[in-house]
Amino acid sequence: MPLNAEDSETAGLLPVVPFLKIPDEGSPYLEGSRCTQCDTTFLGERSVCAKCGSREGLEPLALANHGELYVYSIVYRSFPGIEVPYVSAIVDLEGGGTVKGNLINIDPDPEKIKMGMPVDVIYEKAPRKDAEGNEYLTYYFQPKS
Amino acid sequence: MSDVYVIGIDMIKFGRFPETSVPKLGATAAHLALDDAGLTINDIQALYSGNLGQAGAMVGQRILAEIGQTGIPVVNCANACATGATAFREGWMSIKAGVYDMVLCVGTEQMGKGLLGGGGGGKGIPTEGLLGSSTMPAIFAEAGMEHQRKYGTTFEQFAKVSVKNHHHSTLNPKAMYQIETPLETVMGAEMISYPNTKLMCSVNVDGAAAVVICSEEKARQLGKMDRAVRVKASVLTSDPYQERNLQMPDVNTCTQRAAKAAYEMAGVGPEDIDLVELHDCFATAEILHYGNLGLGKPEDAGRMVDEGETALGGRIPVNVSGGLLSKGHPLGATGIANIYEVSTHLRGEAGERQVEGARFGMTHVIGLGSACAIHVLEKVD
Ligand SMILES: [Zn+2]
Repeated sequence: MPLNAEDSETAGLLPVVPFLKIPDEGSPYLEGSRCTQCDTTFLGERSVCAKCGSREGLEPLALANHGELYVYSIVYRSFPGIEVPYVSAIVDLEGGGTVKGNLINIDPDPEKIKMGMPVDVIYEKAPRKDAEGNEYLTYYFQPKS
Repeated sequence: MSDVYVIGIDMIKFGRFPETSVPKLGATAAHLALDDAGLTINDIQALYSGNLGQAGAMVGQRILAEIGQTGIPVVNCANACATGATAFREGWMSIKAGVYDMVLCVGTEQMGKGLLGGGGGGKGIPTEGLLGSSTMPAIFAEAGMEHQRKYGTTFEQFAKVSVKNHHHSTLNPKAMYQIETPLETVMGAEMISYPNTKLMCSVNVDGAAAVVICSEEKARQLGKMDRAVRVKASVLTSDPYQERNLQMPDVNTCTQRAAKAAYEMAGVGPEDIDLVELHDCFATAEILHYGNLGLGKPEDAGRMVDEGETALGGRIPVNVSGGLLSKGHPLGATGIANIYEVSTHLRGEAGERQVEGARFGMTHVIGLGSACAIHVLEKVD
């Protein structure tokens, strides 16, 4: 079940990766950084720009929840216990930032998956817990609705 | 600065040797290279050792303990799949700098079976299969799909790379496999990460390769110029910033830059190169590097493999050893094994798979994350 702004289902969930932000109020989002010197956008928090080397002026921003599928692979062999097949996707978010994740709600079939297709970022409770029993919020991509 | 020459080089037949050790594998290759040069460990002034799996465990010194602990300086190198080539280049630089005039470079690896790469780790939950895949087959599948997106390259064309390299390896007794794999076999093999099937993934093997290199003065003094091979260029790059770097490693830009620098250093162009051993860690990867190395236009890469331009007997034979796909890919040994293959052709000693009249050859490796090493070698008249 996708989560939206009013959802309380994120309560108690930990972010699957540090760049997934779960604000106390409002919807979860993916966080990026933008270099104010050269206008490059990065996924996640950073203090130094990998493009121009600037140590100042990197500002956090919320990345868009939509973008386009850049490339993908359909993964049939993974580590033990990982359910296959699944689609590993690289998505360019609108306005900057590139993210890797699972593309869901589409057949794992090269005939169906079109590079360049518009996709949305959605947030759901992850189907895995950690050793302490903590539950996590993760993100997925799905074809634009 | 003196040119640098290969005067002794060899590799063990790649395979699976769980009962031996990394230093013993390296020692075997070192002895083969020293024998090929007609020298002993007492003639060697420094050792450059490449190994990834035991990068913190002084592999070079342990090799010396097997073959003669002469007290020479040892440098241990780790640079992902560019490890062996990096060790070679460190040795090359020491001779170029005039610090030594004869050194030994050894690359070794003990691999075991299975998938490389992996996600998760640390606190929290594993992200493999949740946030995409970080296995090597998936990463190189995605890199291949980028080529498909830009140039329309097909699954069948990627698969033909594997047909070709497996065919080549039937002529190489030192390859892990000597088996033909027809197109339908390659395409019909277990899909690992689309578009790479199992037969389109490099083989994890144990292996070792070693080389003795020296200055021109030393090679002449020892009377070794007959079978010597000249190192015309040695280039190492890392990947410059690209917008998708954080999520999608870039193996293209570092290769393009290294190739340009290598051609300049060698004073030759792609049209002068007679054979290439490039980093076919996956069938998709080989296609990328045709364009990256200037062997053809990037958009022609699929056609080049369709028309056999990169097969033995074609316009520019690529991976006539069988490549990583069939000869095998023992990470730390690969970069020196490639130099062995090209040197063997330049010496005219490659037997059934000899590229006739070879004068110039190129070797290329990529360490993901990323390091690219390219060497250009020349036959000595
Ligand atoms: Zn910047």
